[in-house]
Amino acid sequence: MEAAPLNAYLVLSAFLFTMGAIGVVVKRNPIVMFMCIELMLNAANLAFVAFARYQTDLLAQVSGHIFVLFVFGIAAAEVAIGLGIIVVIFRLRESIDVDEVSLLRG
Amino acid sequence: MAERALFFILAIVAIVSAGGVVFSRNPVRSALLLVLNFFTLALIYFMLSAQFIGALQVIVYAGAIMVLFLFVIMLLNLGSPEAVMQERDLKRPLAYLIGFGILATLVGQAFVLLLPMTPQPPSEAGTAKVIGQALFTQWAYPVLLMGVLLTVGVIGSILLARRRVS
Amino acid sequence: MTLADFGWAIVRIAIMLGFLLSVLPVVIWLERRALAWFQNRVGPNRLGPFGLLQPMADAVKLFFKEEIVPASADRLIWALAPALSLFPALVAAATIPWGPNRLLTPVADVDIGLLYFLAMSSLAAYGVLLAGWSSNNKYSLLGGLRSSAQVISYELGMGLALATAVLAAGSFRMTTIVEMQAQPLWGVVPFLHNWLIFTPWGLIGGALFFVCMLAETNRAPFDLPEAESELVAGYQTEYSSMKFAAFFMGEYIAILAICGVMTTCFLGGYLAPISWSPIQALGEGGGFWGIVATLTGALMPPLWFIGKLFGLFFSFLWIRATLLRLRYDQLMNIGWRFLIPVGLVNLALLTVYVIWGWVPALVGYAAVIAVYLLVFSVRRPERRTVALLSEAQPYRPKEAQSG
Repeated sequence: MEAAPLNAYLVLSAFLFTMGAIGVVVKRNPIVMFMCIELMLNAANLAFVAFARYQTDLLAQVSGHIFVLFVFGIAAAEVAIGLGIIVVIFRLRESIDVDEVSLLRG
Repeated sequence: MAERALFFILAIVAIVSAGGVVFSRNPVRSALLLVLNFFTLALIYFMLSAQFIGALQVIVYAGAIMVLFLFVIMLLNLGSPEAVMQERDLKRPLAYLIGFGILATLVGQAFVLLLPMTPQPPSEAGTAKVIGQALFTQWAYPVLLMGVLLTVGVIGSILLARRRVS
Repeated sequence: MTLADFGWAIVRIAIMLGFLLSVLPVVIWLERRALAWFQNRVGPNRLGPFGLLQPMADAVKLFFKEEIVPASADRLIWALAPALSLFPALVAAATIPWGPNRLLTPVADVDIGLLYFLAMSSLAAYGVLLAGWSSNNKYSLLGGLRSSAQVISYELGMGLALATAVLAAGSFRMTTIVEMQAQPLWGVVPFLHNWLIFTPWGLIGGALFFVCMLAETNRAPFDLPEAESELVAGYQTEYSSMKFAAFFMGEYIAILAICGVMTTCFLGGYLAPISWSPIQALGEGGGFWGIVATLTGALMPPLWFIGKLFGLFFSFLWIRATLLRLRYDQLMNIGWRFLIPVGLVNLALLTVYVIWGWVPALVGYAAVIAVYLLVFSVRRPERRTVALLSEAQPYRPKEAQSG
């Protein structure tokens, strides 16, 4: 299968990462901020897989894929904890505006 | 040629949906567009002959993580119009500045890279067997650490969810 | 990819979709008639022979019904939800082989067959969740939330159950899983097939998968998302006309697809129970019997597959007519505290079999069962009071709460 050049994947990855970064700064809703972080992680994943496709060595190719697996694991753990924290914050103060939650206590 | 056309269609869908995630004012729409984005990424992984990763992308991200997001949005009723929050206006220009900086840097990096640019023929690397073998031999210790991390995540979320005894 | 490949792919897709859509009225008729039979009623018997045309009449009725959109619904997502419920169900069956002919089945014999099915079935949660949310109705929302929590919880158990098939076959590829089951039973009985359900790990895995199957498709006794005694009709309360029909179709097609996976992974797929056929033996010499043997050889595997499929579907109905609906905490307890630990232990013992052979594995099973009996015969778990009930408080307005 004739694949697109590596640059194309990397540029796409860069665009997605930028969108995520802008979202994290612009948004005030922590859930949407979380989603933007996921977007950034996925941009990195895309770069990993694209690089893996352009390696000659089988071991190097597999390593690229395995890094993506680790990112999946980390993202899952992060989301479980993060959403738990958001639910607790909501329970405590009925609002989840990140600007209002600036203290490290309930 | 067809593959390139497909890639560019998918890339445009991915970028537009990512933009929608950031600029949509309704968190539920954001989440749905993010699901679409993850789905297109999974298709791109399939095109890169990484089937295993593509399938896991759909299972883990679209099937589990995003359902959790939607669940929390709906549980806390954040998707209803009165709960939709405004964006911070002051930080917007700054955000675009930062974003443009990141984009310029990354795209610049992508074009000056001096790596072998020729696509390799599709290999066995994307199959479950090869990945599994590497995962449990060469990468065994990181996998164990990942298990510890996920266990910590589970325990942490249970602790968070427990109601405080008054 | 040549033009011929492309054409065969189209044929495969057409056969699969054609089968799913044409068997749908039969399935719906079967459900209504069988339930009526279980409940000592007659059921629909007026239209056509045995009432077989009743689903067509229902379809026409639904088609001509007025479609009511709730005033405060999120229109776009409200319209999207039935499609999101139907689409994953329609494509989920694409990797299931229903016969030995690789030109006609499965649609795509990919390396990640089972993972593909898991991915598609996990997408089914969206339709229900979004339908519940976008209807802007308390009952719908509760139904959607219940369904998504249930689907996520039972997906783990389902993955663990399917992992036994994957580990026993050494592949995610569904055709490989079926071929693994074409071996002689336990490697010794030559004329029987080694269906996974005949092995200890397969029996436990199959039982787990069956329970998870009921929960994933929101069927009784796990049909809390549409519990009509509490939630009206759950997530589909506000839907009418063709959108309701889309949910209905999606639900039944998902059931068929998941029954197909159970058949493939645990019940030997399209294999007959006995690997010995007198007709095939007669057909060795060619001539008339040769033609008969070729015909039966081509026809029997799909018929076996469909037979197993309908057998499983009938067991769904049997359970629906027999068992009571679970309470929500019971549902979560079964999922997290029974299915997942049992699945993990089963998987561990299967790895023992794969590495060291069947003697240590059987010893392991015996040991686990002995330990379980010992622990639970000494100390019976005391009955737990329902946490939800004891925590429930009468409604108070906000001011009273803070004071």
